[in-house]
Amino acid sequence: MQALIEALGLQQTLDLLALSPPGWGGNLLGGLANSIQIALGAFGLGLVIGIFGAYGKLYGGPVTRDLLAIYTTIVRAVPELILILILYYAATDALNKALVNAGFDRIQISGLAAGIGVLGIVQGAYATEVLRGAILAVPPGQIEAARAMGMPPMKLARRITLPAMLAFALPGLANLWLIATKDTALLAVVGFAELTLETKQAAGATKHYFTFFLAAGALYLVITLVSGRLFARAERWARRGEPGAARGGR
Amino acid sequence: MRTALLALAAAVGLSGMALADPVKIGIAAEPYPPFAVPDASGNWTGWEVDFIKAVCAAEAMECAITPVAWDGIIPALTSGQIDAIMASMSITDERKQTIDFSDKYYQTPALLSVAKGAGITPDAAGLTGKIIGVQGSTTHADYVQKHFSGVVAEVKVYQTQDEAFQDLAAGRIDATEADSIATEAFLASDTGQACCESAGALAYDAEILGAGVGAGVRKGDTELLAKINDGIAKVLADGTYEKISAPYFKSSIYGN
Amino acid sequence: MKAWMLPHRVVMLALALALVVWCALRLRWDWLPEYLPLLAQGLWRTVWLLIVTSVLGMALAIPIGLAMAEGPWVLAAPARLFCTIIRGTPLLLQLWLLYYGLGSLFPQFPWIRQSDLWPILRQAWPYAVLALTLSFAGYEGEVMRGAFKGVPRGQLEAAKAMGMPRLTILRRIWLPLAIQRALPTLGGETVLQLKATPLVATITVVDIYAVANRVRQDTFIVYEPLILLAAIYMILTGIIVLLFRWLENRVPTRTL
Repeated sequence: MQALIEALGLQQTLDLLALSPPGWGGNLLGGLANSIQIALGAFGLGLVIGIFGAYGKLYGGPVTRDLLAIYTTIVRAVPELILILILYYAATDALNKALVNAGFDRIQISGLAAGIGVLGIVQGAYATEVLRGAILAVPPGQIEAARAMGMPPMKLARRITLPAMLAFALPGLANLWLIATKDTALLAVVGFAELTLETKQAAGATKHYFTFFLAAGALYLVITLVSGRLFARAERWARRGEPGAARGGR
Repeated sequence: MRTALLALAAAVGLSGMALADPVKIGIAAEPYPPFAVPDASGNWTGWEVDFIKAVCAAEAMECAITPVAWDGIIPALTSGQIDAIMASMSITDERKQTIDFSDKYYQTPALLSVAKGAGITPDAAGLTGKIIGVQGSTTHADYVQKHFSGVVAEVKVYQTQDEAFQDLAAGRIDATEADSIATEAFLASDTGQACCESAGALAYDAEILGAGVGAGVRKGDTELLAKINDGIAKVLADGTYEKISAPYFKSSIYGN
Repeated sequence: MKAWMLPHRVVMLALALALVVWCALRLRWDWLPEYLPLLAQGLWRTVWLLIVTSVLGMALAIPIGLAMAEGPWVLAAPARLFCTIIRGTPLLLQLWLLYYGLGSLFPQFPWIRQSDLWPILRQAWPYAVLALTLSFAGYEGEVMRGAFKGVPRGQLEAAKAMGMPRLTILRRIWLPLAIQRALPTLGGETVLQLKATPLVATITVVDIYAVANRVRQDTFIVYEPLILLAAIYMILTGIIVLLFRWLENRVPTRTL
């Protein structure tokens, strides 16, 4: 009897999570795809901002350095939720007002683009700090040697600094990537259909709150664990030339 | 460095512009039965969704239904993420200061729902010392603020009405005020039948509850407003309105 | 002081000052006096949540970190699982799971509603405290693990050689040294915790963020409350950073 009820209970859960309607599994996976897309976009944008930001902080003029300091300070002091609201509503509004004033038509910014932009700006501030630290960790002799050989700055960055700092940057970047995947959940508050909002809607429509929230938690956990593995492998690869690298990790 | 950043900004902007053509009709990203409900295949269904489709069809407009968070739906409109709001939004003077409204397309009274046997009446006396829940940025939130804020123990403000109903079922609030149709839909659900009942309609307050539900557009967007008004008139005149309503409601919800 | 007198910094300060003056004069702040008491209350609730959950979370993080660093397998494995789950899922999801998930279970157990705990359980703040505490414990537990492991063995062995009981070693030597090592990260984690507090507004806890949201909803003013919020959080962050810097300076360190 007990086993039967248990089997029935599980059956209901499986039905709710089935991939094709009337199950909601497909919706959750769709939300997951959106979340990953935004996280990837934001992480990429953050990296680009971070590389320029780190170089600006290290080698830029005093004005650049101060502006970057203001940027990283503000982003790291204000809650992401508020930055998202400000950038999601105010920044798109300001952009459109500027366009209209300049005589252009207003553009529509898709939720996806806005989400990537917003989280990318947040990620950029953290990436700036991570990459700055990593560049500083590169033995200065290597960079000086390349300079002495007459290597132009762009080539120096591409061939020496960036590859050499990768090993130092990867642990911090892994952390940032995890933050990016989890911060996508905040877009639920502005109504973007990523995993957390899809979950809440499925839960609200079916009244099975526990089932869906646990299922979504499991999906997030899978992302975390899989990307943890990938980053560990990437770090081992980045450290392949170092003496004693066989130990792996830090 | 600057050119690279500009190029990046342009790329992000362009990827956003790619789908610029259809008129984006904003609905609230929350289950609000029977008006708009997400289904398991990721589509939105419900009376209001059917109505939006009918209006767009009558005007031969290409529309994209775009779910956004209710409490940011007006900023989403003014900032251009959507072009119109058709999310059971009541036409009130306060909102008219920020956006323009079409003609109304339905009007229903406000209803108070309470736990079964709670014996709460829908007035200040009945709600004295109780915890009442409302959805934020709604006419109901304003109504409770104006009429009951002095007597109730606490006003709890939710992001969605669905959450308020959920907490009513969980016993965390004593009552919630919402649109009568949405309330009846909840009370007819399994959860609603088990826990709660209607305490009756709230006294009408035209200033706050407004003059029915209309579509919201940006101020000065007269072209779209005219189209929507024309579409609503056509849908009302040619019998489509009744045809859409039949599966959902026993009597017309247009009001008078 | 000299650093502030550089020409470009003077220009920047002037620009910043001009921006502040422009904000104060050109933006709408007429709502401020009316909402000031509510804002103060919200601010207090945010600070209260931050302090309570950080202290409770730290109290949990110490045994968790100790279990992961030196504990036997039966203690280390669950501690590691806990940290992985907390750090691997979004706090927003954890919060909703606790509040709405548990909330949907309560109606099934009438004895919970009849218990003496119900008046507390039906409120939102216990769930907010629980979720934020667990989150802080999860992140800080990992930090404490590293800190416990990083304490030089010689210190502990010396204490053991002096015949100190194990609990005394933990209390007098190991824990203080570990906390001292964790202090710089602890400041950063506390800032992150502050930045996590506004999420509780989504489960109807009225913190400073929720108050600002209400201003946005009541008055349709979009930017000003957000700007005020950003300023308040920056000030709070500044206070936390200064506090931890002062703490770090107070802790006597000896460089060997």
